[in-house]
Amino acid sequence: MRRMLFKSLVHGPLTEAAPLRDDAALGELAAQVDRAARRRLGRTLALREVDAGSCNGCELEIHALNNVLYDLERFGMRFVASPRHADVLLVTGPVTTNMREALERTYQATPHPKWVVAVGDCARDGGVFSGSYACVGGVCAVLPVDLHIRGCPPSPTALLKGLLALLEHADRDVTAGAGDR
Amino acid sequence: MEAGVTTLRDIIAEGRAVPEHRPWPRAVVGRETWQRAIGLLQAGRCTLLGLWGEKAFVHIALADEGCTELGVLSMACEGNNFPSVGQVHAPAIRLERAIRDLSGLEPESPVDTRVWLDHGKWPVRRPLGRMEPAAPAPEPYPFLPAEGESLHQIPVGPVHAGIIEPGHFRFTASGETIVRLEARLGYVHKGTESLMAGLPVERAAVLAGRVSGDSTVAYALAFARATEAAHDSSVPARALWLRALMAELERLANHFGDIGAVCNDAAFAMLHAHFGILREQVLRAADRCFGHRLMMDCIVPGGVRRDLTSNGAQTMSGLIEHVRKHFPELIELYDNTASLQDRTVGTGILSPALARQFGCGGYVGRASGRAFDARRMPGYAPYDRLQFEVPVLEEGDVDARLWIRIREVEQSLSIVDQILRELPPGPISQPLPPPPMQGVREGMALVEGFRGDVLVWVRIGADGTVERCHLRDPSWFQWPLLEAAIEGNIVADFPLCNKSFNCSYSGHDL
Repeated sequence: MRRMLFKSLVHGPLTEAAPLRDDAALGELAAQVDRAARRRLGRTLALREVDAGSCNGCELEIHALNNVLYDLERFGMRFVASPRHADVLLVTGPVTTNMREALERTYQATPHPKWVVAVGDCARDGGVFSGSYACVGGVCAVLPVDLHIRGCPPSPTALLKGLLALLEHADRDVTAGAGDR
Repeated sequence: MEAGVTTLRDIIAEGRAVPEHRPWPRAVVGRETWQRAIGLLQAGRCTLLGLWGEKAFVHIALADEGCTELGVLSMACEGNNFPSVGQVHAPAIRLERAIRDLSGLEPESPVDTRVWLDHGKWPVRRPLGRMEPAAPAPEPYPFLPAEGESLHQIPVGPVHAGIIEPGHFRFTASGETIVRLEARLGYVHKGTESLMAGLPVERAAVLAGRVSGDSTVAYALAFARATEAAHDSSVPARALWLRALMAELERLANHFGDIGAVCNDAAFAMLHAHFGILREQVLRAADRCFGHRLMMDCIVPGGVRRDLTSNGAQTMSGLIEHVRKHFPELIELYDNTASLQDRTVGTGILSPALARQFGCGGYVGRASGRAFDARRMPGYAPYDRLQFEVPVLEEGDVDARLWIRIREVEQSLSIVDQILRELPPGPISQPLPPPPMQGVREGMALVEGFRGDVLVWVRIGADGTVERCHLRDPSWFQWPLLEAAIEGNIVADFPLCNKSFNCSYSGHDL
């Protein structure tokens, strides 16, 4: 173990440069996110993932955000274990009717201010599962959605771009707010 | 023992053969033969591969010991009933509950009368049978009782603390020790089988690839093989080898991710970080070679979507070389860290007897003495031309399941090597015969995903659309065993045990 730790020490980090934020996502956010709410958060966001019927493909890529190459935490974003600690809900899947209540209750358990990010094509409109008796079809049918990140599943880079847009937008607003005073 | 009828082959011969079913036989049988088949299961002379329903028929897929003979028996359900398999063979209980919810067929005197997938939230009942509007109030769902002094219950889920799929776990504990665990699943039921009905094969294949995202290659492969069997159509050799390459990449990626995650659940984050890098490297190589990190929709009925270029082959051999260099030192670290072994050795033991009874596949079965691997038996191309071993252990604990995965990584690396060396030239797909066809066609396939054997059964109508497709995830025979393996362990070891099984919620709930 010592040998491996030493190698890591001299090797330097494997973490890659951050991708540029997603401008389309930024546009979507500008219209939807409340300025005053964001001021309170600063540059840190606590994320809570909710699988509302995904095939688990999106979960795999969300997991990848935590690996050393993407290292989500360097941006001040981290995954938390409870919705009560969360600022952002990352919701995947076409929202199955069997998960609808759990999703609504998770949202209710999340304190204000809060954002909902719909991750993946299923979460956008049901994707390939739309029209099923067992799916509501899209997160926006159940919760107010602030940002959609597309893809089947979205790659970690796409996820990172979307989340950076969320963060930068929050940050820009905070700075602007401070200048106003 | 009864004289005469003793084998699966005899039982299949008793029924009326369905000639359009390929490659294994299907027979329509009467009640008596159905019951004899149940007897074979009860006696442990057959393995249950699948049990599913249609509007008026119930089907059971069976394999004999050693999986040399496979077959499907179908019985017309007069009065909507069929003799219960679950009554004498526990692995069928949840499958029968699902049949009841989806098709409306009733097992006679079932062991468990509770709903399974239908939580009372769908607008309809029996979506695959005689559909009708749902009852206004859902049935109550009493969990199985556990009685004793100072027992307490811990309800967990469906929304968990980690980034995992939803399911509910009801623990009954005495102090820290788990006395009973009961899972309630069905939260991610998407109605996939209903959606597939009426779709052309190509579009149904997209849904098959999204039954369980971590096994998208295995499902796409199983669905493609089933439809190709139904059409009795062949696939170019190069496509077969490329499919195997993708399947082994998927196995590698999942094994890396899960070995790391098990270590992480034992609070050893360093290995998690290192295995996370290996997993990411496999996914990136897959993306460069096939255009998708998880290789979704890369296998299609008739062949594969994208050829491996010479650059791609170089990427692959570079990946294998890299993994060969770094994997052994990580395994050495796992093997030499006493605090980690302290958590995994002797934890969550699954007995070989249960693994055998449930026909439990994958690393869960192989860590408990069940030497089954669908690549070997019944086998499919090109694995008959590839050299590989199927590792088996008897211990059945978290450590054994990890070691099986470690050995499988080594085997998969060798398989990828062989594929790169011997990949035949030629076309990569051959379209299925276009409709209209003469009559219906039926096909079945058993494919070894990273988690275990995936079964796909499909009936294709004369117009070329899917009439009925059934997809059975290996998790159906693993979830119940997790409940058995966790008994007597402490609550804090549940994540460790659960991750070492890593059953699919989506694959199971469908």
